[in-house]
Amino acid sequence: MHFQLSEEQQMLADSAKRFVRDNSDVEKHRQNKKLMPLDTATWQQFADLGWLAVPFEEAHGGLGMGPLETMVLLEALGEGLIMAPYIATVVLGGGFLRHASAAQQAETIPALLEGKLQVAFAAEEYERVFTLENTAMAADVTGSEVILNGTKSCVMNGDQADLLVVLARTGGQPGDQDGLSLFLVDANAPGVERVAHRTVDGRQGAEIRFNQVKVSEAARIGELNGGYAIARDVLHEGLLALSAESVGSLSVLLNETVEYSKTRKQFGMPIGKFQVLQFRMADMFIAMEQTRSLLLAATLKTVEGHDDAAKAVHAMKAQLGRAGRKIAQEAIQIHGGMGMTDELGVGHYVKRVTGVDGLFGNADVHLMAIARSA
Amino acid sequence: MDLRVPEQEKAFRDEVRTFLEESLTPDIREAGRMVTSVFAPVKEAMAWQRILNDKGWAAPHWPKEFGGTGWSVTQRAIFAEELVRAETPPLVPMGLHMCGPCLIGCGTEEQQKEYLPKILSGEHFWCQGYSEPGAGSDLASLKTFAEKDGDDYILNGTKIWTTYAHYANKMFALVRTNRDGKPQQGITFLLLDMDLPGITIEPIVGLDEVPEQCQVFFDNVRVPQKNRVGEENDGWTVAKYLLTFERGGQEYAPGLNVMLEKIRLMAEKQQTAFGPLNQDPVWQYKFAALEADVLALEFTEMRIKSALSAGKDPGALSSMTMILGTELLQKVTELRIETLGSQSVIWQPQALVPGEEQPVIGPEYALTAMPHYLNSRACSIYGGSNEVQRGMIAKAVLGL
Ligand SMILES: Cc1cc2nc3c(=O)[nH]c(=O)nc-3n(C[C@H](O)[C@H](O)[C@H](O)COP(=O)(O)OP(=O)(O)OC[C@H]3O[C@@H](n4cnc5c(N)ncnc54)[C@H](O)[C@@H]3O)c2cc1C
Repeated sequence: MHFQLSEEQQMLADSAKRFVRDNSDVEKHRQNKKLMPLDTATWQQFADLGWLAVPFEEAHGGLGMGPLETMVLLEALGEGLIMAPYIATVVLGGGFLRHASAAQQAETIPALLEGKLQVAFAAEEYERVFTLENTAMAADVTGSEVILNGTKSCVMNGDQADLLVVLARTGGQPGDQDGLSLFLVDANAPGVERVAHRTVDGRQGAEIRFNQVKVSEAARIGELNGGYAIARDVLHEGLLALSAESVGSLSVLLNETVEYSKTRKQFGMPIGKFQVLQFRMADMFIAMEQTRSLLLAATLKTVEGHDDAAKAVHAMKAQLGRAGRKIAQEAIQIHGGMGMTDELGVGHYVKRVTGVDGLFGNADVHLMAIARSA
Repeated sequence: MDLRVPEQEKAFRDEVRTFLEESLTPDIREAGRMVTSVFAPVKEAMAWQRILNDKGWAAPHWPKEFGGTGWSVTQRAIFAEELVRAETPPLVPMGLHMCGPCLIGCGTEEQQKEYLPKILSGEHFWCQGYSEPGAGSDLASLKTFAEKDGDDYILNGTKIWTTYAHYANKMFALVRTNRDGKPQQGITFLLLDMDLPGITIEPIVGLDEVPEQCQVFFDNVRVPQKNRVGEENDGWTVAKYLLTFERGGQEYAPGLNVMLEKIRLMAEKQQTAFGPLNQDPVWQYKFAALEADVLALEFTEMRIKSALSAGKDPGALSSMTMILGTELLQKVTELRIETLGSQSVIWQPQALVPGEEQPVIGPEYALTAMPHYLNSRACSIYGGSNEVQRGMIAKAVLGL
């Protein structure tokens, strides 16, 4: 067992921390929220720093790293509440492209690495509790052509993406793992209609409507009806990244709350002296560390290919939802009126960790996934 | 002891329902449906108050001689329930529920004549100037100073978290008039105009991106001494009297029941991979737990009403209901975002502004969920935080 960062990982962490130091204050965050679309200069900087190349193989021009390095990078970005669509494009998008055909890869990966191609995973649907197998959207296969019809909701980075990875049903019923297929769709293809929206955490998403969108068979990733396993594995890497980022955010919420409680005085003493608040901050700390442990468990088990890696990922996302909610609620309560303002960082972190629970299945969904697989 | 509803109360309920049916305009209904806070959009809330006032129903809880309705405790409860059921926008409480009752209890006859009718009509829009940057839970440590000068006081200092100060034309404030002795003993209760020279108002944007609260600055503001309520340095007594109205008499259960019903409908619409969400045992368990808690609260609130109508002091029960009501509200809004999943993450505050023709993304029923969840975090903070309330129960009720 060895829980120390390698030299390479440490360098990555340091560069991310430096970036965060230079680029994150609440004022800047508030400004960035107003920027629709995304601040492309920041994304270019990500490319220049080599961060977009992290999980790609060297043969593709990547750095040949994996979930551990992504974890290190995203935890730092989460501390600064950096809003770049790294998970959508690099982790999920890149993850899917690694399963794509050589021709698809040649067409997309170089552009992605240069910062010129943005990706989004179109998976969630309205009035459907998110699990991959609950997907209902239809893809009709006729000969070598596939026609997509339906609507995807809350597609993260969906408004900016050049390329969509669409999860749709080519067979079976909602509830079946069989019958799901994945397609690469040009976001500007005829019949693709996108309605951009903000999300609670100041990021960007879109509702994406597919009206008779035609793609060729060559646009499919993996086997026909065999998309589930690929999507599950790629989504798990996405969840690892999302959790790493959130652990960074949670640690800031905890630290800021503790610091505030040391300086805010009421009744002639720092409020941190009240035992009831001390106990609750101790519980916040415990919840945070438990999340960090599950993040490590899930990441290492994934990297090393353990049988129970999937279970650890579900446990981690569930913990993230529950701990995130608890830490966020306590952070506001202990900050009193200040915690409710747009001015202080606290609320922005709270909104991020609250939003994250809603994405790709909340805590209940992931706990049930463990229960059902047992 | 029984739960049956007497015939005359049924008739009263019908009368209220008919009135609501006939007098609620589409705008007011929309504002009520879109509420994400205890504070409704001002324009519609005030329009609704005017309609109620024309009917003589703006302040059922006031004594009849000052413009109340003379209803029984039960009738008042029925009225409140029907308002909630019809999803009317809540009326702005600072005048009707705080300043008004306080003037009825502690004001001079002249003050009552001057202010009460204008509170009812909405001509006076009040805000509450208590908290300061350094004085929140420990309100008695407030510093805004009122110095006597001829017939006036001259005010210097600042108030914060003043809800709707940017809409108000009047403020009731606690100010320091004496720096010696126990902090509570040097505080005075004042009424003042918001357009006095020397007052500046800065709105504070909240988590839901709406400026509801403000910071108010006083720079040598002259307030006539006749605007004092109660004795000089005795404002704490007046404030405590008022606080019984701010905290007591509130009912949470009817509103929570309406919200639970809405969540149940949402869960029917949400499909899981195994059927509708309302058939999911985990969701059912969470929902049932909240239903049970709300039922308990409903009966606690009924016990309070029963004690009040028998002329008894409900004591500890009312300190409890604020803690219970606020925390249940927080849990209910939390179950709502959980029920909606990623639909609750879509953020469109502009669509909540009444009259805005903003197309809604996703199902309309999801629109208010996240802003309400976020806004409800405040209800365990204001009016005395739940930590402070628990402290009071421990000390005053349990004698610890
Ligand atoms: C939405 C909103 C609307 C408001 N509207 C108004 C208004 O119209 N007018 C007005 O005057 N004020 C208003 N307030 C202010 C409100 O009354 C204060 O926020 C409240 O009294 C808490 O004070 P604080 O924010 O300074 O928190 P603090 O007093 O700094 O408290 C911070 C934390 O410490 C805890 N704490 C403090 N003392 C103790 C203790 N002895 N034991 C244990 N824990 C303790 C608190 O519970 C809280 O968790 C509003 C506040 C909000 C959030």
